Order: sequence, then structure tokens, then C-alpha cells
Amino acid sequence: MTQTKKVLLLTRHAPYGGSLARAAVDAALAAAAFEQAPSLLFMGDAVLQLVSDQDASAVGTRSHGRVLESLPLYDIDQVFVDQTALLEYGLTSHDLAIDVILLDDPAMRQMLADHDHILSF
Amino acid sequence: MNYALLVLASPASGLSNLSALRFAEAALARGHKIHRVFFLDQGTSSGLATSVYPQGEADPVALWAELGERHNLDLVLCISSALKRGLLDASEAARYERQAQTLHPAFSLGGLGLLVEATAEVDRLLTFGGPS
Repeated sequence: MTQTKKVLLLTRHAPYGGSLARAAVDAALAAAAFEQAPSLLFMGDAVLQLVSDQDASAVGTRSHGRVLESLPLYDIDQVFVDQTALLEYGLTSHDLAIDVILLDDPAMRQMLADHDHILSF
Repeated sequence: MNYALLVLASPASGLSNLSALRFAEAALARGHKIHRVFFLDQGTSSGLATSVYPQGEADPVALWAELGERHNLDLVLCISSALKRGLLDASEAARYERQAQTLHPAFSLGGLGLLVEATAEVDRLLTFGGPS
């Protein structure tokens, strides 16, 4: 499949309270598998998905951080993060499981404008 | 214009699922095309043939099925979201040795690749979101 559209996957939910966080990452991996490398933007509560050393065994699921660590294997190298949300949770990029690019509000607005499709999870 | 819809919202709670349906109806009435409706996560319950909605409430399963049959729409449920919610077509019911087919025949099961294909194909993709 040739890439015809710039696709942004927007994720806004924390990792374990519901299944939308996982659905967003699964969609990203599927897009990459079909050579439609999407941009991935973590906004609001979704920054909690990125925290390193997650142990999800007590809630009967796989570590979401582990799933995110597989993104580079699918050539999803550019992961964008809502800088303000990270700050609100008292986190820095050193607390995160993968390398990310921090965006301020104007940069996020620009990102939303720059894509053909936004899949909002 | 050629549209695809991504429906994350449950048909059993909130208004977002019905909004997707109304959007599809309105777009088709104005001569637009709906390339595919892809149901993911809680949205997959839209295809559950065994659900029963109370009298006086909209029945999204029946409404989607009727719209789909009238316009020959491609109504696809994400297979992994669907299976864990008990939505099985005949072949999945046989594969996993479950008692019954529960998927409404107006819908089909498919992989996330069909969502990816739709995003590459259409002019506009609209997400009808899940719980906020």
C-alpha cells in the first residue's frame, strides 16, 4: 500500500482504566505494518502510558510500556508528547519508556493542522 | 466526498454511536460515499445480533443493519475487539467451539488493516469517540 495520506493517531487516555489506549497503539502498529507510518501524539492523561517500568501483572494485562517499546521495531520513531500534560503529572522525558519529542500548545495545533486524517482515541 | 467512519463508541451508552449513524445517513442522503464503517473497541457491540434494546429507545444494531443493507455498506468490526466481547460469526463460533453465531449478518469481522486501507483511500475519516 503506497502512503497517500498523512495520518495522525491521537491518544488521550491513561493506560489501564479502559481499552482505548491499547486500541490506539494497535492501530498505529497496524498502520506501520501496511507501510502507512502514522504520527503518534500523546495528549492529556495519555502521557501516563509512557511511564517506564510499568508492572501490569496485578491487573491481569500486558505492560503497556512494553507494547510502546515495540514501536521503533515498526519504524515508528517519532512519538510526540503534550509537554504541558507531562508537566502536570510531574514527569520529565527521563521518566518515560521511549524517546519522545515534546510539543508545546502551538506546536500541537500545527501538528493537528498538518495531517490529512486524525484518528482520535 | 468519500468518507470512512471509525466508531469507538458503544451503542449501549451515550449518543456518539447514534451520531455516527445519523452522520452516515445524512452523508448518503446528500450523495456522498461511505467507503467503510470500522467499529473498534466498545463500538464493536454495534453488530451484536443478540442485544435487545428497550421499547421507546433507538436500537442501534437494527438501525446500522438496515442502513447497511439499504446502501450496501461495508460494516466491519475489528476482529480482536469483537471476539473478546462475544461477537462471533459462524466460522469463529466453529473455530473457538462456541454455541452460537452472535454477529448480525449485515456486519463482518476484519483486521485493523481494513481501517488502515480506509484511511489511505478516503477524503475524510471521522472518529466517533468512546468515553471521555
